[in-house]
Amino acid sequence: MFTTVMEALSTWAIPIVVAVVCFAAIIKKVPVYTAFTEGAKDGFATAVMIIPYLTAMLCAIGMFRASGAMDWLCRVMDPLTSLIGCPSEILPQAIMRSFSGGASEGMLADLLSQYGTQSQIGRIASVAQGSTETTFYIIAVYMGSVGVSNARQSVAAGLLGDLASLLASVFIVNIMWFA
Amino acid sequence: MMNYIWVGLVVIAVIAGGVTGTMEDVLNNIFSFAEEAVSICIGLIGIMAFFCGIMKVMEKAGICNLIARALAPLMTRLFPEVPRDHPAMSAMVLWMAANMLGIGNAATPFGLKAMQELQTLNPTRDIATNAQCMMLAIGTTSVTLLPVTVLGLRAAVQTEGAAEIIFPVIIATTCSTVVGVFFTWLLGKTRRWKWENVIEREIAAGTLALNENYLGDSPIVLPEGYVCKAE
Repeated sequence: MFTTVMEALSTWAIPIVVAVVCFAAIIKKVPVYTAFTEGAKDGFATAVMIIPYLTAMLCAIGMFRASGAMDWLCRVMDPLTSLIGCPSEILPQAIMRSFSGGASEGMLADLLSQYGTQSQIGRIASVAQGSTETTFYIIAVYMGSVGVSNARQSVAAGLLGDLASLLASVFIVNIMWFA
Repeated sequence: MMNYIWVGLVVIAVIAGGVTGTMEDVLNNIFSFAEEAVSICIGLIGIMAFFCGIMKVMEKAGICNLIARALAPLMTRLFPEVPRDHPAMSAMVLWMAANMLGIGNAATPFGLKAMQELQTLNPTRDIATNAQCMMLAIGTTSVTLLPVTVLGLRAAVQTEGAAEIIFPVIIATTCSTVVGVFFTWLLGKTRRWKWENVIEREIAAGTLALNENYLGDSPIVLPEGYVCKAE
């Protein structure tokens, strides 16, 4: 029941948002078509911009995986992650999430193509990736912009937030699809 | 940081490949994953273009302002030190609204502006205030309603079921933000991180630097004969 409702909400979300936004925009006399194409140009640039980062990370991960080092790492981590019902394959990406957005996107892409988007690993990794931000990057950019060097509890709180996002992702995906 | 991680992955892979005799697989994966990276990005182009187009329409239709207005009551609770009508408040709500809608490149300027405004309420030059910590707690845990890049990557690999993660993401990101905000509040009361304690320690160490552009109404009173650290 829960799964059906959540899946329906996820399916309806985008079409409804798109329709409502376009309708609201036309009422406000926004040149919708021009605005859309202008934004789409930015999207093109973003997708092209991440090619180098994704390539760097995917190749390194690909080598790491083929050498058998990834299996070894997962076996070591497994006792820890199985406590919370999380496949250990996700842990490298989950840790990287706090440090680098591009690198964790690369690792997510690797997990998705390796295990499939609808596998337990693929779903947990996607939810974990989408539900938090790159803690160290955000703190460095915004604190740095005003010359603040003592961020006090920000890093600790941000990392606890990242941990919460991982735990929540594991929990939600497991009860929705793998209970 | 990234330099060491990347080199670590590559070097460990080559050593492990040599030891376990899987060097051929290591070599093959360089080529196949490089190709995979580009094919994923090609798949990503169309989806990113579509969503960024919709984001632009949202931005122009003033939907950010609507969300900002809805957030206003919550803001005074989260930022008790910031006056209700301070320019930092409006910059922060716009920043959050843009983040929620996933308009990353529109969010950053609002965020930088909000941070600058908050800095005018910071009596010190380089210690984060409670308000600045709280703003970043919300930023680092994200408040996304539409995880565009994740959707794009999923759809680039397989179209079917790409969007099924939207609501799980909204629930998980709410959890992470609640936890981040809670711990920012809680840790901000500990001996180590409490504002007054940090200031006291810096004064004792003689490293406190005051903010000359401070516009608030409770400046730090320095002890007699204290020489402020020069820039």
